[in-house]
Amino acid sequence: MNVDVIEDERQHQFVLNMGPQHPSTHGVLRVLLKMEGEYVLDPQPVLGYVHRCHEKIGEYKPARAFMPNTARMDYLGALIYNQGYAMLLERAAGIEVPRRAEYIRVITSELNRIQSHLLWYGAYLLDLGAFTPIMYAFDDREHILDTLEDICGSRLTYCYCRVGGVCKDIDDKFIERTRAFIERLRGRLPMYEKLVNGNIIVQKRMKSVGNYTPELCARYGVTGPLLRAAGVEYDLRKAEPYSVYSEFDFEVPTEQQGDAWAAFNVRYREIEQSLRIVEQALDKLPEGEVMEAKVPKKLRLPQGDYNCSVEAPRGELSYYLVSDGSDIPYRIKVRTPSYSNLSVVPEVCKGMMIADVVTSMGALDLVIPEIDR
Amino acid sequence: MKAYFTELFTGAWSLIVGLTVTLKALFSPVVTVQYPRQKIDVTPNYRGHIDLIKDPETGTHRCITCGMCMRDCPSDCIYLEGEKQEGVKGKVLTLYTLDYTKCSHCGACVEVCPTQALDYCDDYEVAGFAREDFHYDLLKRVEERE
Repeated sequence: MNVDVIEDERQHQFVLNMGPQHPSTHGVLRVLLKMEGEYVLDPQPVLGYVHRCHEKIGEYKPARAFMPNTARMDYLGALIYNQGYAMLLERAAGIEVPRRAEYIRVITSELNRIQSHLLWYGAYLLDLGAFTPIMYAFDDREHILDTLEDICGSRLTYCYCRVGGVCKDIDDKFIERTRAFIERLRGRLPMYEKLVNGNIIVQKRMKSVGNYTPELCARYGVTGPLLRAAGVEYDLRKAEPYSVYSEFDFEVPTEQQGDAWAAFNVRYREIEQSLRIVEQALDKLPEGEVMEAKVPKKLRLPQGDYNCSVEAPRGELSYYLVSDGSDIPYRIKVRTPSYSNLSVVPEVCKGMMIADVVTSMGALDLVIPEIDR
Repeated sequence: MKAYFTELFTGAWSLIVGLTVTLKALFSPVVTVQYPRQKIDVTPNYRGHIDLIKDPETGTHRCITCGMCMRDCPSDCIYLEGEKQEGVKGKVLTLYTLDYTKCSHCGACVEVCPTQALDYCDDYEVAGFAREDFHYDLLKRVEERE
């Protein structure tokens, strides 16, 4: 072997910029890939392109006024983010929420989760080169958005939860439409299975891409469907039932392989479980008020620090608030799932081929505004 | 060798099954609308920007210039002014501006209003060339409205 060949090999290494405007990063995420031919030697995510100082904004206005900001962090799980924040303030101020409001929160949150998973389903397959599924998924998702728009007034960044309840009661039309949707989606799921899940190309592209082990997930704080794809049955709705989740019968889907295909199946099966929760909640929906009457106009939180965690579509969402006794929080910290989930990329995607990096990142279901906040 | 052919066969079959789904969709009703020419009705609960309601009894708005909406707005997008006028009880609204570029449709102003003077409008086709296009004078809008 002569020296020329070795030098030649070194010249094969180059740096490839994936993003900030790359379709498969779904937002402005930049990944610096150190490549050797088709193989990735060192992937490094670069963050900060959509940083909007949400946490800092929270320190400048009354605690309640931060509610619209929570929806802007994760625009796909807006209702769940709203719910988490409302629960945090209720916990801090010691406010009881009417049972009907809790049920409505669960129904809307689960619809929101299905909507988020359907968008991920379509967009992920679009990244992999399948165009048709996104059209079908959007067709179904549109029904959820229309139903939610009817009560929340908006389609994406809902500001529906209030401290002490929700701002508007649901009506019979909403219940009817939701029931019709559950039936519709249940009828459509076999179609999705035929179209995508059984497809040999999809399986070949996803199987054994990424190797998530429970140990790796614990090290990086990976939560949500990825953790469940690694075989850990951890879902906050079961592990630490908040709101009224303890009253519903549902399963936590898990897989053992820890690859992109496992994550795909976990999310897909979660849609069915969310449908089950919505159906049970509609059956059990109690009568009554949707807003606690005794909520003070100026919400003074007692001195101390408060924490509240909920299960967002992408994993564990946690709010942390420090109060100095005034109505303006001293500090708000948001622990968003995608940030931790993204941090595994340098380790998991090392040594992959570039097409597999797209598969692997798609399985993370990243929402970039949530990473940067 | 046998596994190879089994996979080949099941793989090819899975593609055919997938194609029948798309073929069926080809002959099913269209779910989209041709937007600018065809429009879907907006739900009455749609949250557009806020507007002062015209009271059918008095023929004018119901604002009492208390300023609650201005104080409660998380983004400071509302500004209003009022003055004392002779022969009228309370203050009279002279200016009500909304900076729609900052509004996030949270609804705090609508909910806090003691006289229910505010409501969401259903304008959804809002686009403009300058920032000032979105500085609405709501008092002027309510006076101009039929």
